[in-house]
Amino acid sequence: MAAVADYISKAGENAVELKAQARAESLKLASLTLPGLLIIAVIVLVPIAWLFWLSFRSGDAFTFEHYERLLHPSYLSSLQTTFELSFLVTGLCIVLGYPVAYLMTQVRERMAALLMMFVLFPVWTSLLVRCYAWLVLLQRRGIVNNWLLDVGLIDAPLRLMHNFTGTTIGMVHIMLPFMVLPLYASMRAISRDYMKAAANLGASPVQAFWQIFVPLSLPGLAAGIIIVFVLCLGFYVTPALLGGGRVMMWSMQIERNVTYYSDWGAASALGVVLLVMTLAVLWLVGRVIGFDKMLGAK
Amino acid sequence: MGQISLPITIRNVTKAYGGFRALDNVSLDVASGEFLTLLGPSGSGKTTLLNVLAGFIRPDSGKVLFGENDITLTPPHKRDIGMVFQNYALFPHMTVAGNLAYPLKLRRVSRAEIEERVRRALDIVQLSGFEDRHVDQLSGGQKQRVALARAIIFEPRVVLMDEPLSALDKKLREHMQIEVRHLHQRLGMTTVYVTHDQREALTMSDRIAVIDKGRFRQIDKPRDIYERPRSRFIAEFIGESYFLPVTVSGTEAVFGGQKLRLAETPFSTSPSQFLVIRPEKLKIVTTGEDTSGLNLFRGRVKELVYQGETLLISVELPGGEEIGVRQPTSSAAPPPPEAGAEVVVGLAFDDTIIVPDEN
Repeated sequence: MAAVADYISKAGENAVELKAQARAESLKLASLTLPGLLIIAVIVLVPIAWLFWLSFRSGDAFTFEHYERLLHPSYLSSLQTTFELSFLVTGLCIVLGYPVAYLMTQVRERMAALLMMFVLFPVWTSLLVRCYAWLVLLQRRGIVNNWLLDVGLIDAPLRLMHNFTGTTIGMVHIMLPFMVLPLYASMRAISRDYMKAAANLGASPVQAFWQIFVPLSLPGLAAGIIIVFVLCLGFYVTPALLGGGRVMMWSMQIERNVTYYSDWGAASALGVVLLVMTLAVLWLVGRVIGFDKMLGAK
Repeated sequence: MGQISLPITIRNVTKAYGGFRALDNVSLDVASGEFLTLLGPSGSGKTTLLNVLAGFIRPDSGKVLFGENDITLTPPHKRDIGMVFQNYALFPHMTVAGNLAYPLKLRRVSRAEIEERVRRALDIVQLSGFEDRHVDQLSGGQKQRVALARAIIFEPRVVLMDEPLSALDKKLREHMQIEVRHLHQRLGMTTVYVTHDQREALTMSDRIAVIDKGRFRQIDKPRDIYERPRSRFIAEFIGESYFLPVTVSGTEAVFGGQKLRLAETPFSTSPSQFLVIRPEKLKIVTTGEDTSGLNLFRGRVKELVYQGETLLISVELPGGEEIGVRQPTSSAAPPPPEAGAEVVVGLAFDDTIIVPDEN
C-alpha cells in the first residue's frame, strides 16, 4: 500500500515541463508560416487598404465622385460584358472540361498521366505567347479560316478575332486547365465502388453517372467554377489582345484610368468594385454548396 | 419480406490476368437459400469469383446461372443481386433513407410503398428512426447495417457479401456475424459470402468453399472442413495445426515406428502423408488414466505459454518434432505439467486424421 501512496503523491509530475514542450513545438511551427503571412500582409492587404482609401479621395477631400462616375453607361456596359464573358467562358469550360476530367479517371494510370500533360502543357507556356498564337490561328487569312474555306464549310472568312468570339475562344483555352484540375482531383476521390454499388442496385450506366457520379463530383465542379469565374472577372491580357479593343472588360477600364488619365481615384474605385463583386460571387457559391465544401474540407 | 431464392450454378469459369489465373476452370453449385462462404487467402480468387457473379468482371470463359437463367452475359444492373461491399459503398450524398430508397426508385416502386419498405428494412436491421441521418453520421456498425438493409430491400434472390465485416472491431464483428446469420435464416436468400477469416466462415456458413490459386480445394460443411480436412493446405489454413509425417500403406499409418488407429481409412494412396494435430484435441494423460481409444505419444514439455482462455503446452517428441497441446485454464482442469517433465499425450482415434500433402 505504501507504494500506491507513493504514486499518488507523484501524480502531476512533469506536467508543467510537458506542457511547455508542447507550446514550444507549436511556436516553432507558427514561426515557419510567419514569413508567408508577413508577405501577404505587406503586398496584398496594405495595397488593398490604400486603394480603398484612394477611392474615396479627391485632392484632400472625402468624396463619392469616383463611385458616382461608375454609373455612366460606358462603365455599366463594361460590367455587363465582363459578367457575360465570365459566365459564357465558365459554362464552356464546364462543358469541355468535365468530359476530359472524366476520361482521365477512366483510363489507365499512364494514359491519365499523358492526358494530364496535355492539360498542363498550356499552363507551362507563356500567356502572351498563347494569345498571339490564337491571333495567328484566328486572323482573317489564318489557319482556321483557310481550313474552313478549303473544306467548303464557309464561303467568306469569318470574323474570329477582335471581337467577343475571339475573346471567348482565347479565354476558354486559357481557363480550361483551371476547370479540369479541381474536377479531376474530386473525381479521382470518388470510389469506384459507388458506381459498382449503383449498378448492382439496378442503375444503368447513364443513371449511375447522373445520379451518383455527378453529384459526388460537385465539390470539384464548384471549385473549378469559382477559380475560372473569379479569374475571368479580373482578366486583362487575353481580352485586350483578342478583343482588339472592342471587348471592354472591367479590368481594361482600370488600366485606361491609370495609364491614360492617371486617375488613381477612379481606378481604385473600379478595383474596389471588382473586389466586392468577386467576394460576392464567392459568398454566393458558398451559400449554395457550403463554405467547407468550397474550401475543400470534406 | 419473404423472398424467393434461386440456386446458383457456376460452370468452368476461367479468368486470367496475363499469365496469372485468378480463376482456373471453377465450378460450383450453391443451393437455393444456402449460405455459402468463399474462404481463401488474399489473391486466391475469391473476390474475383464474387465479382464475376455480380457482373463486374467478365470471365474469359465459363457460365453462370441463376436458377435456369444463364446470366453470364447479363450486365450488372440487370442481375437483381443484392451486394454488400467491403467498405459499404453507401452513397455519401444521400441520407440513410435515400440510400435504401435508391434501388426501389430505380424499380419505379410507388412512393408510399418505398416509405413502408424503408421503414421495415430499417426495423429488420434494428435502425428504426435513422431515416434522415447522413451516412457520415453513422458508426461503422450502423453503416454495416444500412448496407445490409440496402442489399435486401429490393428482395433480391441472391445476395453477395464481400468481406463486409472486415472493417469492424473484433467484438462488433462477432456480434454482426450472428446477426447476419439470423437475417439469412429469416429471409432465406441464397447468399455467397467472401471472407479470409476462417473463424467467421466456420461461424456463419452452411457450407464453406476453400479456394486457393484460383481453384477450389475443398467444399464442405464447416464441421467437415475443420474435422475432416482433405489436404494439408486445408488443415493448415483453417484452425491451428501441427503436422507429423506418417508412412501409409493400405489402411495402415505409421508414425515413428508406432502404428496409429485412424478415424477413417486414408482416402489418399500416397505413401507419405501427414497426421493432423489440432492442439485442443490433445490431452495430457495422467498416470492410471484409462487410455483406451487414444493414440499415445511420449514427449517432453518444452515450454508453457499462458494465453488467457487456454494454456499452450509445447511438447517435443523423441524424433525432435514439436506439437502443441491446449488445455483450458479453468481451475477444474488438471494441473499442467512443468517444463522439462516427461509426459504422455493422447489423441482420440476419432480425431486421428491423415492428410496428403496436396489435393
